[in-house]
Amino acid sequence: MLISQRCSFFKRGDSIMEIYLFFLFATSAVASAVAMITSRDTVNSALFLVLNLVSIAGVFLLLKAQFLAVIQILVYGGAIMVLFLFVIMLLNLSSEENLLNRFSAKYVVGFFLGVIVLSQLLYAIADFTGTLPNFSPGIEQVGTVEALGDELFSTYLLPVLITAVLLTAAVVGAILIAQRKLTGKENK
Amino acid sequence: MDPLLFSTLVMFAVVLLFLLPSAAVAVYAERRVSAFIQNRYGPNRVGPLGLFQPFADVIKLFLKEDIIPTHANRVLYTLAPMIPVTTAVITVAVIPFSEHVYITDINVGILFLLAVASLSVYGVTLAGWASNSKYSLLGGLRAAAQMISYELPMGVALASVILFASSLSVVEIVNSQEMWWNVFRNPLAFIIFTIAVFAEANRSPFDLVEAEQELVGGFHTEYSSMKFGTFFLAEYMHIVIGSMLITTFFFGGYHLPFAGYWLPEMGPLAKSILDIHVFLAKVVFWAFVFIWVRWTLPRFKFNQLMRLGWARMLPLAILNFVVLAIILYHI
Repeated sequence: MLISQRCSFFKRGDSIMEIYLFFLFATSAVASAVAMITSRDTVNSALFLVLNLVSIAGVFLLLKAQFLAVIQILVYGGAIMVLFLFVIMLLNLSSEENLLNRFSAKYVVGFFLGVIVLSQLLYAIADFTGTLPNFSPGIEQVGTVEALGDELFSTYLLPVLITAVLLTAAVVGAILIAQRKLTGKENK
Repeated sequence: MDPLLFSTLVMFAVVLLFLLPSAAVAVYAERRVSAFIQNRYGPNRVGPLGLFQPFADVIKLFLKEDIIPTHANRVLYTLAPMIPVTTAVITVAVIPFSEHVYITDINVGILFLLAVASLSVYGVTLAGWASNSKYSLLGGLRAAAQMISYELPMGVALASVILFASSLSVVEIVNSQEMWWNVFRNPLAFIIFTIAVFAEANRSPFDLVEAEQELVGGFHTEYSSMKFGTFFLAEYMHIVIGSMLITTFFFGGYHLPFAGYWLPEMGPLAKSILDIHVFLAKVVFWAFVFIWVRWTLPRFKFNQLMRLGWARMLPLAILNFVVLAIILYHI
């Protein structure tokens, strides 16, 4: 009895939840993009870019493009940005500018004002509709791995094969470079 | 988005309440097992058999002074320990405990797991950088290099698992092992995957991220109190998660060996209870193997680690994938 009531609550609350999630991801995507450009510290910039990529992956998820969302995090968020960070840390480009120095009364008051404004905003957008398009059942299937795979391995077979050969060649090249014996004074 | 069901939330709470204490149990198990291997007693003073030792450890960690180095990046320094814990908790979302007991079954399950695993690199890397200490930085950079290198063989090994299940959903992969576990059908990928999981969890023999002879404590040299405790928690959570992944992908998940041939039909409740116990027994076994390996094998050197990852495991994994794909295509 109780469980079924709760169930219906979550089902009813679903669309509001989606709108809140959309605003969360959209705000964080825009904010992190702005922060990425404005921050002086290169490491912070790179981290804001990661946050930006993850937020956009969230928007992809709301648009029913699961495969794209996961690949975005896997390739860009996880692999490429780690390499970026790696290079930045090795070059040690950081010019520290302490923006957030200490807790003072100003920040505490600002925090509570921010919470009040945020709660008003959340209350205001609760009735908001039309942020996300209505999905027909056909469209919902387009972003799945199965649909994408079908399309890639039938219509776009040749481009996929060419890309696969290219990427495999790159990986084999990397392995060959790793295996090459160093000649010269390092060779011992 | 599918409707968020109440049962999903209940499962989430149950799994969280299972995962968090499991790390504490793993710490106790590590200390007892290492003591057994080294022929000594281990912690046996706090409570019967020293069973309350984890509580004492946590209280000690909480009461320690929390130090942030003077020139450290305070925000990142505080944020860094939370990342590995978060990724460990997120991972459990797609792991099935029984045929019907799981938080969610998404059709990109494996990609999701790889994506989350790739994000956990940030924790150690940022911790190393934000501490503003040379030992920490070197430890963090080593961690990043190691994790990136071992993600590749891990991904290719998993790709050959997908060949058998012809699905990216984790539940489908477990169900495809009802007759034959993947460890019998695909032993090479099992070995590669296990080595990669050990490397991803930064466990010995791949723990040169925190090699104490050269790097003091590695990326967590400067950390103290509960911030260090969080890293500690994350390490043991990753052991539990790693055991779950090996079990799920290669040891049949919740299936008994060759269960499809001899296991009689059972009611859904009885089957679920059996499944969960089978799964947990396998996880406990693999957690034991993690500890066993740490206390018996010496550590790799960094160049050996890189050569093993790039020049040995990756070509083997690719070859294994191609050969299996050809065989499966012709069957």
